[in-house]
Amino acid sequence: MTPFTQHAGVVAPLDRANVDTDQIIPKQFLKSIKRSGFGQNLFDEWRYLDVGQPGQACSTRPLNPEFVLNAPRFQGASVLLARENFGCGSSREHAPWALAEYGFRTILAPSFADIFYNNCCKNGLLPIELDKDVIDVLFAQCAETKGYALAIDLATQTVTRPDGVVHGFEVDAFRKHCLLGGLDDIGLTLEASAAIRAFEARHRTAQPWLFAECPSA
Amino acid sequence: MPGQTLYDKLWAIHEVVRRDDGASLLYIDRHILHEVTSPQAFEGLRLAGRTPWRVQANLATPDHNVPTTQAERAGGLDAIVDAVSRLQVQTLNENCNDFGILEFRMDDPRQGIVHVVGPEQGATLPGMTVVCGDSHTSTHGAFGALAHGIGTSEVEHVLATQCLVAQKMKNMRVEVEGVLPPGVTAKDVVLAIIGTIGTAGGNGHALEFAGSAIRALSMEGRMTLCNMAIEAGARVGMVAVDQTTLDYVRGRPFAPQGAQWDAAVALWRGLVSDDDAVFDTVVRLRAEDIQPQVSWGTSPEMVLPVDARLPDPAHEDDPVKRGSIERALHYMGLRANQAITDIRLDRVFIGSCTNARIEDLRAAAAVAKGRKVAASVKQALVVPGSGLVKAQAEREGLDRVFVEAGFEWRAPGCSMCLAMNPDRLEPGEHCASTSNRNFEGRQGPGGRTHLVSPAMAAAAAIAGRFIDVRELP
Ligand code: SF4
Repeated sequence: MTPFTQHAGVVAPLDRANVDTDQIIPKQFLKSIKRSGFGQNLFDEWRYLDVGQPGQACSTRPLNPEFVLNAPRFQGASVLLARENFGCGSSREHAPWALAEYGFRTILAPSFADIFYNNCCKNGLLPIELDKDVIDVLFAQCAETKGYALAIDLATQTVTRPDGVVHGFEVDAFRKHCLLGGLDDIGLTLEASAAIRAFEARHRTAQPWLFAECPSA
Repeated sequence: MPGQTLYDKLWAIHEVVRRDDGASLLYIDRHILHEVTSPQAFEGLRLAGRTPWRVQANLATPDHNVPTTQAERAGGLDAIVDAVSRLQVQTLNENCNDFGILEFRMDDPRQGIVHVVGPEQGATLPGMTVVCGDSHTSTHGAFGALAHGIGTSEVEHVLATQCLVAQKMKNMRVEVEGVLPPGVTAKDVVLAIIGTIGTAGGNGHALEFAGSAIRALSMEGRMTLCNMAIEAGARVGMVAVDQTTLDYVRGRPFAPQGAQWDAAVALWRGLVSDDDAVFDTVVRLRAEDIQPQVSWGTSPEMVLPVDARLPDPAHEDDPVKRGSIERALHYMGLRANQAITDIRLDRVFIGSCTNARIEDLRAAAAVAKGRKVAASVKQALVVPGSGLVKAQAEREGLDRVFVEAGFEWRAPGCSMCLAMNPDRLEPGEHCASTSNRNFEGRQGPGGRTHLVSPAMAAAAAIAGRFIDVRELP
């Protein structure tokens, strides 16, 4: 996983509450058996005027000029500013894959759906929860200022505005550790193999039926 | 020390270690896989040269992509017309083959939607931790299990380590006391709950459904309820174990037998929240107040009783909420203050992991019996949740009831719940659907979904518009 330490970048504002994973990456693109190729279909139904199909080249598709990511001033944005309950809906990790491949490194919102939050952290994409009032201010500043950018530092857990105001944010120690180091958490867990085996032995004694053979056909 | 909640107990039973960083390793008893969220996990496993930690803990079946017309299904894998879907189903077969994982393939009578198949087989048992790369894994919590959806990285993690890195959530309890009015089902209860607490109401919480109205529900009803916990923002939904749970589990293929059954029951009976357990959040609803529900907007919290009128954004002070209502009305092609019963339907979908179990099909068939689907409805689909549900329904003659009334009787799969297979809405079409999500484009680009119970969906098919199922002539 790509580590996340510090990042400064242009902010794109997505002013809608309850943006769900079907909107982030519509389901026809979930048929892929790969981990990449989703960036061009991020927000597909909002971003393009036609209906996208998997495997289709997107460079010639008609863009929706109304959609915020298509505005010239937000090209190259790497910080997504969002509203309540961002990422609700399914557990599909295709949503953070699409956001990351598009170029977003971090998402700022008043709240995130739990599974989506977790999936972001596994993909080097930092979800930052800030107070609704702070988010309101960021939306207002972003609307007023061309090239509006924010600087994020995970080690100090801060977001710094262009006017110098700093907002702190919470992130739990484990996720912070993994994001900073870009760690593969399977490797970390396997370091505890002996503990898992010991647990498994106790668990098997207490509830042997959990370890029964699967019935055959 | 205060008592423990059901969630506290399940957590304690499965916590392997608590790490210095505050996260815990949680042992996973059952891992269920399907074709959409697993290919990249298997690929990761291979690339790292790893193998599954405990093969026996895994169970797989394809569901999201499989065609549901009897004709396309008869030809097996090779007959899947959509090449991309075919590859995904084939990839699951190959992965399960390579790693020795038990799979109910497309042509196996036990194939079906993961959340219907697990409980039906007894592969979901009380007291288990159950995960699957699908957010509606909360369904399995109906058994007093700790069950939730995971992403693909975590699918790989569980395959490789039989554990998840997890953080304990907060406890939430939703109590529904009293007796539900006639014609009001578990689906109406859960929609009413989501309408009350909102789609983010349960964020960060494990949600236990409790109260006399919940205890009176069948296992099918409890699964419907827990299925949609995720639509209330909670990854985990649960109902405590009682006699109803035990009666359902007994005798299922994966369930323990003989002396092990007795030992299991002794343990399972303790899977209830203690009387003095402390919940971070408690919400109470009165069963008598719940009416048949219909969602009108593009988020499950946009839901109202069938006799209500749509909201008027002019009366909403919060600008974010006002914007959401305006956008939803526009997307849905509906007007402020319009009566729900004035919404006309183009299609009807009875199916999905929320409502495609035998009890759901019985409820819909009871409404359809001796009636006809309205001429204005282009298509009314009934898609059983599994091959075994289909066979049972056919034994009871429900398929004939549906077909005579003008419904199509299909083979099991997710179907029009998310339209990854050919079953989908055309832009602008309104659909009465027993599924769980009414997001924009969920059932096809531009499609307009209204979430309802099976009986309400059948009634809507007959009337061609929404109608209180109790008032159907
Ligand atoms: S039926 Fe719908 S919600 Fe359930 S698993 Fe399938 S796609 Fe997901």
